[in-house]
Amino acid sequence: MANLIGGITTSHVPAIGRAIARNLQADEYFKPFFDGFPPIHDWLATAQPDVAVVIYNDHGLNFFLDKMPTFAVGAAPEYRNADEGWGIPVVPPFQGEQGLSWHLIESLIGEDFDLTTCQEMLVDHAFTLPMALLWPGSEAWPVKVVPVCVNTVQFPLPSAARVYRLGQAIGRAIRSWDADQRVVVVGTGGLSHQLDGERAGFINKDFDLKFMDSLLSDPAWATKYSITDLVELTGTQGVELLMWLATRGALGDAVRQVHRNYHIPISNTAAGTLALECR
Amino acid sequence: MAASRQIPGTTLFDGAQARKGYALNKMCFSFNDAANRAAFQADEDGYCSRYGLTEPQRAAIKARNVLQLIAAGGNVYYLAKFAGIFGLDVQDLGAQQTGLTKDQFKAKLLAAGRH
Repeated sequence: MANLIGGITTSHVPAIGRAIARNLQADEYFKPFFDGFPPIHDWLATAQPDVAVVIYNDHGLNFFLDKMPTFAVGAAPEYRNADEGWGIPVVPPFQGEQGLSWHLIESLIGEDFDLTTCQEMLVDHAFTLPMALLWPGSEAWPVKVVPVCVNTVQFPLPSAARVYRLGQAIGRAIRSWDADQRVVVVGTGGLSHQLDGERAGFINKDFDLKFMDSLLSDPAWATKYSITDLVELTGTQGVELLMWLATRGALGDAVRQVHRNYHIPISNTAAGTLALECR
Repeated sequence: MAASRQIPGTTLFDGAQARKGYALNKMCFSFNDAANRAAFQADEDGYCSRYGLTEPQRAAIKARNVLQLIAAGGNVYYLAKFAGIFGLDVQDLGAQQTGLTKDQFKAKLLAAGRH
């Protein structure tokens, strides 16, 4: 059976892509964020995952409002990035792990999660930037991927409790995949930020830090909040912490912290990074 | 449901907004494609007509006014593609919506990290 080795959650702010393109990782503004990654690179070098299941939210590259799935799972042989309209460089394509895609689809639908399955799927910055952060400078990505997309564009969004349960089901599916493969879960987005409205620029450091702590001490803590509560506490885009909850749900009861980082601001966002290893 | 509780300065992009903003968001979604961005810049009015924008949507596009675009049903993820045509990023959008200069808006974010 496959081995679920751990999970990594990180912000996916477009400005990170601009910084990578311009080689600004050591720049005063960006350094406190990029400094969160070398310990995770070390861990990945030892842990050697074969596959990454990447839980993210599309921002209008692959999905439009004509058809907006709550949960979508990629089942493509290859995933490409494309122009999103505001000019960060397109990254090399990702090779899909179709065996795990279909095993996930069968397992999740078997547990009553209604999915949209995608044999063609573009992946946006929320997918590509965390990959570039985890495996910098890759001409060919060292892992195969399975994208899992959660709607955070159009309300109603799935509740935190449901997304956590989705994550738990993803964890069970990975662990029951009949393949001698090492799998890491990557969750992208957050932490607190708001792009729209007079409340733009809202950040909630106290909540973010409490949330990060909770993923170690009391992983389901944030599931007590409604989506509206989470918008109020973390901003309209802060609800991307749903991807962190799904990732944590997948990892099971016992985890060890590999590394964490938290920095305000990158662009409009409180940028967080957390790596957890399954025990 | 989603509208039952108001969060100040915040518009949840719910069904009512998605319905009201469909044409506007569809036009902005088209700006993923460089050829469409160029076509918009060559003939803004014609491009807005092709997507069937409402009068308030056309006026908000003409004014480059983010709060008006949101009031007209725009979703910030699609609006960001419109802003991208003019080289504006989310800090430019944030500054405009909060009535601050970009430097003041950036300072506000830095301050959020200090407390």
